[in-house]
Amino acid sequence: MHRSTRLPISRRKFLAGAAAVGITFKLPKEAFGADGKVNFYNWYTYIGENTIEEFEQASGIEVQYDLFADNDELFAKLRGGNPGYDLIVPTNDYVERMIIADMLLPLDHSKIPNKKNIDPTFMDAAFDPARKFSLPYMWGTIGVGYRISALDEAPSSWNDLMNSDKYAGRIALMSEPTTVMQMALKAMGKSLNDFTDENIAAAEKMILDQKPNIVAFAPDNGQDLLLAGEVDLAMEWNGDILQAMDEDDDIGFVLPDEGGLLWEDTLCIPKGAPNVENAHALINYLLDAQVGADIADFVYYATPNAAARALMSEDYTGNPAIFPSAEATAKSEVSIYPGQEVTRKIDEAWTRIKAS
Amino acid sequence: MQDIRNRLGVFFAFSGPTLLWLILFFVVPLGIIWLYSFGENVSLTRIETTWTLDNYRRMLEPEIIELMRRSLWLAFVSTLVCLLVGFPMALVIATASHGAKPWLLLLIMLPFWTNLLIRTYALLNILGTRGRLNDLLGWLYERADQLLHLIGLGRLGLLGDQFTPLKLLGTQTGVIYGIVYVSLPFAILPIYSSLERMDKSLLEASMDLGASQWQTARHVLIPLALPGIMTAAIITFIPALGQFLTPDLLGRGQVDMIANVIERQFKRANDWPFGSAISLTLLYVTFILLALRSFNDAARSRRVAR
Repeated sequence: MHRSTRLPISRRKFLAGAAAVGITFKLPKEAFGADGKVNFYNWYTYIGENTIEEFEQASGIEVQYDLFADNDELFAKLRGGNPGYDLIVPTNDYVERMIIADMLLPLDHSKIPNKKNIDPTFMDAAFDPARKFSLPYMWGTIGVGYRISALDEAPSSWNDLMNSDKYAGRIALMSEPTTVMQMALKAMGKSLNDFTDENIAAAEKMILDQKPNIVAFAPDNGQDLLLAGEVDLAMEWNGDILQAMDEDDDIGFVLPDEGGLLWEDTLCIPKGAPNVENAHALINYLLDAQVGADIADFVYYATPNAAARALMSEDYTGNPAIFPSAEATAKSEVSIYPGQEVTRKIDEAWTRIKAS
Repeated sequence: MQDIRNRLGVFFAFSGPTLLWLILFFVVPLGIIWLYSFGENVSLTRIETTWTLDNYRRMLEPEIIELMRRSLWLAFVSTLVCLLVGFPMALVIATASHGAKPWLLLLIMLPFWTNLLIRTYALLNILGTRGRLNDLLGWLYERADQLLHLIGLGRLGLLGDQFTPLKLLGTQTGVIYGIVYVSLPFAILPIYSSLERMDKSLLEASMDLGASQWQTARHVLIPLALPGIMTAAIITFIPALGQFLTPDLLGRGQVDMIANVIERQFKRANDWPFGSAISLTLLYVTFILLALRSFNDAARSRRVAR
């Protein structure tokens, strides 16, 4: 899973490039066993401007703060054993993988009283039942970015993109096989995790039939096609469309009525963490109402912290690219890792679509 | 003169670094890929070599064969275009004055100074439906339309009702355009170097002896440049066969080639054994083409010897 910041130049892309050039395996300084310390490993530009200093002042715990650019980097660093991190921020599907690979420590919920601030809908997650290993930090969606002036009304169904010639020659889908198949399942009114053989075949047929109406299977640049006027509708990450909306007032974002894909970044403690107590203290601090609001105000992604959200301005809570309609969000789902065998079937279906 | 081949110490001192480099970073990784291609995924992160042939059997699926066929076809057409466009240009450079030659060569090299990704994005900007090329065509259309109205032919609708932008991206034409754009310098340079080395007096002799320009080109110029043309063809064809960025961006994911499938196996699909098997099959195809070239060379030198 990936994201982008609100900045005009996508830092995600820049960082991915930088990571490819020089992959560093730097250990946190004095990582192990030190009292009064915590080693926090987070995404780039993914915390409030002063959050870390304020936590240090409030708690007397020194924070060693390190950054990663994507989940693969995080996973790669921890795969061979925890180099000394106490708190990490993996996305839901990687939480699932890390649970399978036995890389996470169960959270002690009694040490996180601020858990009560979290919107109850997030406390029941299929990828981590009863939230044994993870608590939500930020979330977002995959929906439809569109050019407002080019359409009579905002698209309301995935069928507009995936099963109709209404917008023929004006649509960009993503080039992620699993995601596109999942949205096809949504268009059929099914769960996006319901990858039976029949459903894969039906989704394959739907996309195949729709192919002539589609301008592009965009490799991570649907928002660029939208900005350039090459397409009027693009299936995209909300973060990417948010960025496009910053540049062009005529761009909108909508989550279709069937709902879309939800992603969730979470706070987890990896196995082998040297400062488990302090990690719990930091999690609790990050879930505070005011702290959560400060973070949300800076990173501009949706917060699962209901108490923090109540403190935010209309600019933020009313932005449909951050908080889509409640009905559509309720119908959205978090993707569950379907296993290697199903992944292979999806990929084979995708190759057939692309070969036609 | 001492033959360097007779002095093993000198031989290894000079070629050692290269050999080491090749073994460490080419032979060994390729060996691992070769082992993977007979392997199975046993977990998210582990591959076991079980000597299964399944990965190669999957190459026979009709969609893989179709993508293979499409890749070979697109690479072939791109190579042909490169040769047809590149040969005259190489001839111009080879026969240019001493003052002009470095400048012409510089023009050919210039694209190498910019990263491929940036050049491809520039092409997107030019070839898009709302791109610069269509802007220009649209402008020309309007001017022509005005002119027709001016001379009283406007109502005949000779140009159609309105300007329809050319669709270049997301088509095979767009992909071929992109591959040719990337490969053209590689096609021009070897042809140029073979023309440069050619004894120009042979051309004069041919003309003096009464051959037409066409006959001279066909029976003297092209045969003498043939080694360069063959090199150009191979150096264009092989990278073209493995393109995945161009189909992704200029093809807009609508004209996938076989390398797109390979890329997916190593990333999203997480199926390295299958990806390895396709990669190696592509490598074998390349070897066969190179072997054909050597046979061709050998046959020709026999002909010359006779």
